[in-house]
Amino acid sequence: MKKFLQKIPEQVKRLSILLVVVVIVFIIATSLLTPKDFGLIGHFRASSVQNNANKKMQYAGQETCSDCHEDMWKTKNAGYHKNLSCEVCHGPSLNHVNEPDQFKPVKPKGRTFCPVCHEYNPSRPTGFPQIVTASHNPRKICITCHNPHNPTPPQTPKDCSACHAEISNAKSVSSHMDIPCTKCHKTSAKHRLSPREFLPTKPTQREFCGQCHSKEAKSDESIPRINMTTHEPRYVCWQCHYPHLPEAQ
Amino acid sequence: MENNISQTDKKVERRSFLKKLAILALAPIAFGFLGSTDKLKTIKKWMLENGYVPNNHKWGMGIDINKCIGCGRCAVACKNENNVPQEPFFFRTWVERYRIYEDGDIQVDSPNGSIDGFENWRTNKKMLRSFFVPKICNHCENPPCVQVCPVGATFKGEDGVVLVDSDYCVGCRYCIQACPYGARFLHPETHTAEKCTFCYHRIVQDKLPACVEVCPTQARVFGELNKKASPLVRFLRMNKIGVLKPSLNTEPKVYYANLDMEVK
Repeated sequence: MKKFLQKIPEQVKRLSILLVVVVIVFIIATSLLTPKDFGLIGHFRASSVQNNANKKMQYAGQETCSDCHEDMWKTKNAGYHKNLSCEVCHGPSLNHVNEPDQFKPVKPKGRTFCPVCHEYNPSRPTGFPQIVTASHNPRKICITCHNPHNPTPPQTPKDCSACHAEISNAKSVSSHMDIPCTKCHKTSAKHRLSPREFLPTKPTQREFCGQCHSKEAKSDESIPRINMTTHEPRYVCWQCHYPHLPEAQ
Repeated sequence: MENNISQTDKKVERRSFLKKLAILALAPIAFGFLGSTDKLKTIKKWMLENGYVPNNHKWGMGIDINKCIGCGRCAVACKNENNVPQEPFFFRTWVERYRIYEDGDIQVDSPNGSIDGFENWRTNKKMLRSFFVPKICNHCENPPCVQVCPVGATFKGEDGVVLVDSDYCVGCRYCIQACPYGARFLHPETHTAEKCTFCYHRIVQDKLPACVEVCPTQARVFGELNKKASPLVRFLRMNKIGVLKPSLNTEPKVYYANLDMEVK
């Protein structure tokens, strides 16, 4: 044994002592420096889940509002804004729930807040009610005419463009600009009051377009004509042509 | 005879020595094991005190692009709820506008993360289609940000939510570079990584995340992924669903309905 130890070179002995010291220091250091709850659930501090869950809330949630403001809550839920949470317009209000007298939620006024959602933007989905603020009763504050908790228009809209801005904008620059909407869509007066329940009609047959565009039609000569029997008889016209902006201009 | 006795003594000595050695070696392991299970119990207990056990949940979000109106209320609510710095370019969630023109040109913009609204520029080019895309941390099943964190300061919890341990984060920014969705940022004051947590402090109390709470058109749906009665499962059943960058195999838990192929 002694002979074997003597055979080991001096530098190897010293280096191995150093290695042992380094390993021991590493083990002690990791055991001291690693937080005690590290690795209990996964490769992270288990208590940080708790830290994340302990953060302070700001938004109370609309069910909380209904506890005190039940009348307003019912009005809102019967109107077009039924899907809106109160705090969309009134801001984060958990402070108000805890101390109702000290913290008051905001009430947006003027003409800047409502257009955040309702200003006309071509990227918005069709059918979403949009206005052009520059031409829509300039300088009048929205809430003088519209009750935000029941935003049915005070007057029933006269023009289709009040709600269908995108379609009417497209149609106004097309060769169909002079055709009134009601020529193709039979619209009952009730559609203006409850639009989703009384839907306007749409043409169902290709002969409808043929009234102007067939070879036999007695319409103006400048209108493009097609042969109704040979021109793609398997399709209805609006499967290829968009009637609000027909491509032939 | 004497010789014989001394031999048996030696044998006993060896056996007891080996026994002691084995006990000595196993004792710290056993003690460590007992200690850690004890700690695990206390953590589980905390979870139960709040009535929330992460194991019982798996959270996800659905976003219907056809419903988004680009009002940016989600981004505002998120900043209010989570103390995100108000200046631009710090967002946990934001909305992008995609405009695809007939000549194949694609414009994507998100001025101040949609908070200030989107302006309509007049161009002569004809629009083919246009829509808004809300963006958020995808809470990937295989999160690249968690893989690269050198200290274990970001992690996927048992409920599938990817969280940041801001006390343990060293602010090396590696996770920000690793995220393929650009969903992370460095908080300018704490200098730690920040990201969407699905409003973890709200969901443990059975509340909706702030962005889902305020979305005026219900474009965002939040719920359980493995409970059939959840609104999210219904959303996944009723719509054609896509996820962002599926080729990366990150397996996002934010599901988009009516997703356009141009959305990256």
